[in-house]
Amino acid sequence: MATPSNAPVATENRETWTSNTGFILAAVGSAVGLGNIWRFPGVAYESGGGAFMIPYLCALLTAGIPILFLDYAIGHRYRAAAPLAYRRIRKPAEALGWFQILLSFVIAVYYAAVIAWAMSYFVFAFDLSWGQDTLAFFVGDYLQVGDPEISTTIVPGIAIPLVITWVAVLIAIALGVAKGVEKVNVLFIPLLFVAFIGLVIRALTLPGALDGLTEFFTPDWAALGDLDVWIAAYSQIFFSLSIAFGIMVTYASFQRRKANMTSSGLVVAFANSSFELLAGIGVFATLGFMAHQQSTQVSELEGLTGPILSFVTFPAVINEMPGGTIFGVVFFASLIMAGFTSIISILLGVAASVGEKFGLGWRTSAVSVSAVCAVLSIGLFSTTSGLIALDTVDQFANNVGIVLSAIVMTVLLVWVYRRGELLRQHLNAVSTFKVGKWWIVLIGFVGPVFLVIMLVQKLVSLVSEGYEGYPGWYVGLFGWGTVVFVIVMAAILTAIPWKGRDQADFRPWPELEEEHR
Amino acid sequence: MTGISIAMMIVAMIIVWGGLIASILFLRRNPEVVGGPHEDPDLVLDDEQRAHQAHPTRDT
Repeated sequence: MATPSNAPVATENRETWTSNTGFILAAVGSAVGLGNIWRFPGVAYESGGGAFMIPYLCALLTAGIPILFLDYAIGHRYRAAAPLAYRRIRKPAEALGWFQILLSFVIAVYYAAVIAWAMSYFVFAFDLSWGQDTLAFFVGDYLQVGDPEISTTIVPGIAIPLVITWVAVLIAIALGVAKGVEKVNVLFIPLLFVAFIGLVIRALTLPGALDGLTEFFTPDWAALGDLDVWIAAYSQIFFSLSIAFGIMVTYASFQRRKANMTSSGLVVAFANSSFELLAGIGVFATLGFMAHQQSTQVSELEGLTGPILSFVTFPAVINEMPGGTIFGVVFFASLIMAGFTSIISILLGVAASVGEKFGLGWRTSAVSVSAVCAVLSIGLFSTTSGLIALDTVDQFANNVGIVLSAIVMTVLLVWVYRRGELLRQHLNAVSTFKVGKWWIVLIGFVGPVFLVIMLVQKLVSLVSEGYEGYPGWYVGLFGWGTVVFVIVMAAILTAIPWKGRDQADFRPWPELEEEHR
Repeated sequence: MTGISIAMMIVAMIIVWGGLIASILFLRRNPEVVGGPHEDPDLVLDDEQRAHQAHPTRDT
């Protein structure tokens, strides 16, 4: 508009711009959690570096964004946490909602352990007490990793920050300051970003860094035939976008009825992956540097497994930075905050579901859910077998649980209940980024076909080869046990009656033609 | 770095970082649906109340 004298129009434009920028910042900020910085580089490394990028990009475009839209559509249209939202589509589908919510419960249990690690590293950063051999320090001195067993040997260095993490989570939730905690991120996310960029730039200037990047980006065509790499890529996308485990359904149910769902979903999805790409570049550059120091190849670095990668590489870069202490302290402090808000958001997703079902206030349900979670978490992850338990539970919850959840969700909605077109119309009625029929093809056909092939392959390899050479009983208990626990609990929770709390007279808005067909 | 790894890096950056820039520009140009379906005032009120509850944010 080229008429600056036209005051009302100018004001209107400015307001739109301001509120929208605020929203974009919030979306970008909230997309960042431990999944980007802690999990992504580790998964990429375990999958062989260069072999990972192509499946990852495919996963983002063919499943990540489409299923994020599906989660949004369900939660936004049926306006409830996952179990009730699915129930409003068809009653038996409630079980799927619980299955997803229980997976996020499991994830919260181990996610806290990673925050506890970050907390310890925040303290270590003050005098760089991790020394030069950051790997030996993390696995040996800090975690004191033992054998895969049910260890009762508590490692105080983990137990203490883990207890602090849970006490802080419980206090934040009980006092109802969860929203206030989120606001702290306005400070910490930019700080994290600045510290993080600093680390990445330093990492890139270390000797050997470019070899690391070569490892990260060289496509390994042979590995494209390895379904395990694909499944790792899809689960990473699901994990870091928090899709197919109920959180996004619940989140969308809180959005305004006219919220622009798909356009903001695109910003969130790409912001999330942007951070992961940056984290990957930083971590792999450091791996190149570490290989250079040990005069070996990046792929032959020993003793590095996925879950610990970031805790080994970032301290190694911090050692090399001028003013490393300040960078280290700021980086780990920001990481704690990013993780802290993530775990609260996961717990609130679980709590909203429990609250709706049992008619509890959100605070009561949030505190009880978190208390149960805290006990399990401290019991499992503060011992010498904590890392092994975490690795096993993570593998099964994500690579089996989430993938299974995504398959059931897409097949049920598109093929059994035939809600694809209805949900597409819903998204288009409120959003400016219009979703074409291609969306239904992606969520109804491309996604499920890929996911089923991958899941079958994963199950076959887990059954025939076990996992990471851990003993059979251990994988049975912590791995398969996790999946069985989630399925059994989902069935029990679905069977409990709603006693009218499901508001059977609920009418979805807006009314769509498709509904009457 | 080898040629193929540089090519892959550029492709990844264009898709991911380019995608971020493109989606931000798109959202800024098209912030909200114009008109759209009629919204009952009761529903708007309901939305406002709900927005004040603690709820999961898009995270992890």
